[in-house]
Amino acid sequence: MDDNKNIILVEELVKDYSMGSSYFRALNDISFTAKKGEFTGLVGPSGSGKTTLLNILGALDNPTQGDAIVLGKSVKSLTHKDAARLRNNSIGFIFQTYNLLPVYSVFENVEFPLLLLKKGKEEREEAVMKALSWVGLTSKAKSRPNQLSGGESQRVAVARAMVKNPVIVLADEPTANLDAENSHNIIRTMLKLNEELKTTFIFATHDEKVISYLHRKIVLNDGKIVNDINLN
Amino acid sequence: MIRFLFKGLIRDRHRSLFPIIIVAVGVFLTTFLYSWMNGVLNDMTDANAKFDTGHMKVMTIAYNKLSNQLPNDLALTGVDRLIDTLKMTFPNYDWTARIKFGGLLDTPDENGETKSQAPAAGFALDLFGKNSKEAARLNLSKAIVKGRIPEKPGEILISDEFAKRMDVGVNSKVTLLSTSSSGAMAVQNFIISGTVEFGITAMDRGAIIADLGDIQYALDMQNSAGEILGYSKDMFYNSKTADKMAAEFNNIYTKPDDKYSPVMLSLEDQNGLRDYLHYVDGVIFFIIGVFLIAMSAVLLNAGLMSGIRRYGEVGIRLALGESKNQIYKSLLNESILIGIAGSIIGTGLGLALAYFMQEHGIDMSGQFQNSTLMINNMIRARITFTSYYIGFIPGLLATLLGTSLSGIQIFKRQTASLFKELES
Ligand SMILES: Nc1ncnc2c1ncn2[C@@H]1O[C@H](COP(=O)(O)OP(=O)(O)OP(=O)(O)O)[C@@H](O)[C@H]1O
Ligand SMILES: [Mg+2]
Repeated sequence: MDDNKNIILVEELVKDYSMGSSYFRALNDISFTAKKGEFTGLVGPSGSGKTTLLNILGALDNPTQGDAIVLGKSVKSLTHKDAARLRNNSIGFIFQTYNLLPVYSVFENVEFPLLLLKKGKEEREEAVMKALSWVGLTSKAKSRPNQLSGGESQRVAVARAMVKNPVIVLADEPTANLDAENSHNIIRTMLKLNEELKTTFIFATHDEKVISYLHRKIVLNDGKIVNDINLN
Repeated sequence: MIRFLFKGLIRDRHRSLFPIIIVAVGVFLTTFLYSWMNGVLNDMTDANAKFDTGHMKVMTIAYNKLSNQLPNDLALTGVDRLIDTLKMTFPNYDWTARIKFGGLLDTPDENGETKSQAPAAGFALDLFGKNSKEAARLNLSKAIVKGRIPEKPGEILISDEFAKRMDVGVNSKVTLLSTSSSGAMAVQNFIISGTVEFGITAMDRGAIIADLGDIQYALDMQNSAGEILGYSKDMFYNSKTADKMAAEFNNIYTKPDDKYSPVMLSLEDQNGLRDYLHYVDGVIFFIIGVFLIAMSAVLLNAGLMSGIRRYGEVGIRLALGESKNQIYKSLLNESILIGIAGSIIGTGLGLALAYFMQEHGIDMSGQFQNSTLMINNMIRARITFTSYYIGFIPGLLATLLGTSLSGIQIFKRQTASLFKELES
């Protein structure tokens, strides 16, 4: 793919949540583009619409007006199936609360996206161990999520998002539940992957520690972009 | 992927244990009740066939119409020839004549005066014929309480309870007072060679069993008999074959305008058994239906509950790139695994109890006190091939139904709101 091409193109995006007879406008006329390899944060106070925007970029939710074109696909017109395929092939998610599947081991959690991609057993094993080595957790492969610390859990979540080598990783407050050391740790890991694999990272965050690593900061307030700053 | 689901099921008790228990209980009851009904039905047809209806029965049209009055004046004549014909036409069946008769049994005191007298239900069967299977068919040697099976003309068996009531025993002399086929008074003396108990209330109250020849002589019925019974040589009654045989025979021999012409009836055509068999089929169907609905309802609820617990998981899996359809399918696959596991456990337990009740049975003689039903006092379950799979029908259907309905509820929610659960 041409490195200068926009892999995300958001055009006059509006998202309304209906509240009975009225509605609440969570995103109001959002437009921006993002290129491959960006390390960008959606920054803003609580309720400013960061999660809402991230969900639309991940084709988990539909815009009310306008559109988001992600990797050439219009989110507005994607079917459920095509949206799932887009996520499956090209998008990794990282959440504030790790969201590992509790009944599966660390290895199995990281393996899961590859099962969905119908990869062979050997290929899966190799990719999972590589992803775990990126986050420094090969020794915990057999552990269950409830045997991990918060920092370790989030590193597993990063490995799970990265294992299929996605084009885009969407991370919603990835450090909110972590202490300072683990926060720096995880964000450095992601930065390293961004540099080595050219993976595009989009964060939703208001954590200063995260913000200090960003290459670009899109500031949201009340569902509007109020600033878009290049930090390089 | 199935292996992956399987691991999840085994590790998450909430997901598997409760539904498996529900399915196992329902399947257990279905399997057991089916085997039980099957046993009752089987005992009943068996007792009816042996003591009353045969697998096939030939009578005159007129006798058939009044058969509960034992109208021996309307009996078949030329029985030997008719039996030969039947043997030739239907060689896979064993054909034998019987006479049912009523009468008074009279016991004299030392002076020859009547000591006691009681109505008796008489059965005359071929006890002495060298190829006769009648004694074995009624399992007489096992039914004997005192004495022995008759060995020569003039000897009879009498039900044990009846003997006590009449205050007679082995070697007592008794007199049968009955009506001959021509309507005259018939009197015949017999010696009791033994007393019997069949465990069938209808037979044990007041039956006497005599040799066919003796009764033909006593009732003036030479070469004549009320009924000719046919028994399949493999002892299995087959409804289709029976209907075909009856139709074939009746087509040739039954003359609707001759009330003395013979007519053949199958086991089911007698004693309302056909209705009864259908009724039991209906009951089995009903039982399966009830368990299916009850289990589905419980599993639907369980599915909804665990669905709520699993919104988070569903959200993650959507985010990881599974489509709603895929997740729905994987929930159904899980439910099939649960259905199979529960059905195997339930069927195993159901078969175990059914086997126990097949060997031991329950004594229902109290309930059958006044019964004229030909049914064994010991009610037993009976395991057949169907017992092995019948429980799987509601077991699998209920889990599938419960899961598909609860799954629809889960997926009615917006993708985004499922996803929202992740944040909480
Ligand atoms: N499903 C919904 N129905 C109605 N309103 C909603 C819904 N989801 C979000 N909102 C509202 O939309 C606004 C934006 O929510 P969003 O979750 O995007 O904020 P956020 O920037 O991620 O906040 P935070 O930093 O607290 O996570 C909020 O005011 C929220 O109350
Ligand atoms: Mg948020």
